[in-house]
Amino acid sequence: MTRDKYKDLGTRTVEFYGHGIKNLQDTEIKGRLIVIEGPDASGRSTQIQSITTRLEADGHAVLNTGLKRSELVGKGILEAKENFSLGKKTLALYYAADFADQFEYKIIPALQAGYIVLADRYIYTLIARNLARGLDRTWCHNLYGFAIKPDIVFYLDVEPSVLIHRVFQKNSTLDYYESGADMGLSNDMYESFLIYQKRISQEFHAMQKRYGLVPINGNRSVLEIQNDLQKRIDVFLRRVGHK
Amino acid sequence: MEKRGKLIIVEGIDGSGKSTQLHLLEKWLAYKGVNVFKSEWNSSEMVKEITSKGKKKGLLTPTTFSLLHATDFADRYERNISPLLRAGYFVLADRFVYTAFARDIVRGCNPAWVKKVYDFAVKPDVAFYFKVPVDIAVDRILIGRPKLKYYEAGMDMNLSNDPYESYRIFQGRIIEQYDSLAESEGFTIIDGTLNIEEQQNIVRKKIMPLLEDMKPARSRTR
Repeated sequence: MTRDKYKDLGTRTVEFYGHGIKNLQDTEIKGRLIVIEGPDASGRSTQIQSITTRLEADGHAVLNTGLKRSELVGKGILEAKENFSLGKKTLALYYAADFADQFEYKIIPALQAGYIVLADRYIYTLIARNLARGLDRTWCHNLYGFAIKPDIVFYLDVEPSVLIHRVFQKNSTLDYYESGADMGLSNDMYESFLIYQKRISQEFHAMQKRYGLVPINGNRSVLEIQNDLQKRIDVFLRRVGHK
Repeated sequence: MEKRGKLIIVEGIDGSGKSTQLHLLEKWLAYKGVNVFKSEWNSSEMVKEITSKGKKKGLLTPTTFSLLHATDFADRYERNISPLLRAGYFVLADRFVYTAFARDIVRGCNPAWVKKVYDFAVKPDVAFYFKVPVDIAVDRILIGRPKLKYYEAGMDMNLSNDPYESYRIFQGRIIEQYDSLAESEGFTIIDGTLNIEEQQNIVRKKIMPLLEDMKPARSRTR
């Protein structure tokens, strides 16, 4: 097959955010990487489920990925969080190792094979959390310089005050880290949650331009958001001619 | 970070004798009544289990290898090294960030990336580099511990199918990295082929001025 014919199939070389990974430097991929970002209880997983169903019905091979799911350290992080009080940098690096493992062993191979990879969060949540905890900005961005640029990143933007109600509907209790309780923001968990999520949201807004995040109004109903996302994904796939 | 203690680190390839020297230094400082704390590379309880699991399965890539060792380092740094330095301890580190620079760069990680990952660590007051010709160090190791582990031998880099040959090449490359770091990082180079006592004398002489520094009870105004 000629080079041009390859191009027709959408084959292209991976593009890294930073220094990249040496042995992946010239990797050619033909799949698509679509990311959905957003805080806990913003409805990400529900959205990803229905998008996956639709894409598979249309005949696309889909791979779902998410944080803390790596073979290598996924479970370790959960255990470590329970049994040790981890420092900020330690936790940041731990998550980076988990992400890197999935990135190299799942995301890249699936993209090479032509899958649509639907990522339930990517590096942005990890960066936002680190920044909200006061880690150095350049350090945080450099850390994930090995990641490739996705095709699209949607960010479910939910008002913290709306978000807290969804959290209660889902779990009836506030998660320790998702409330920033490790940061000593307030003795009151409710208040701590609001302050923390506001900070995260600010970091996302600050990253919007740098990483080209597409904000999606997440205060709407599940169905409205779903239609919005599905339409945007359809338009994107048609534009790039992904068959 | 306002640091009142002293950070002394040793670097060198396996079999260079650095741990023996650090052990003797620790005993001497303790004998003199100095508060000492020793921290070893890859020893954080929390990370060790995961790292060794990944190592056993041969699952690690240069990037995950690097990040897991950075996690281990950060855990020891945040939990012990940094607070103890602030409390005025002599912190002795058996391997420091330079081990990561050397190994990760040999494995193909981007040098600027690795250095940035570790840039939260303070610079040591003294960094000893125990320099030994690769053959001598490798022979010392191979006598005592004939079975080499996969990553230890650098088998992940496809240098050679023979673990011993691979180990030799890998250690040789690490020495090249150490040598290139020696000047810019201000390593105090110790000839690791000298007698143990001779080396220890040089080490203690170098540390002596740091002890004088510590004498005045009140820290200087800044």
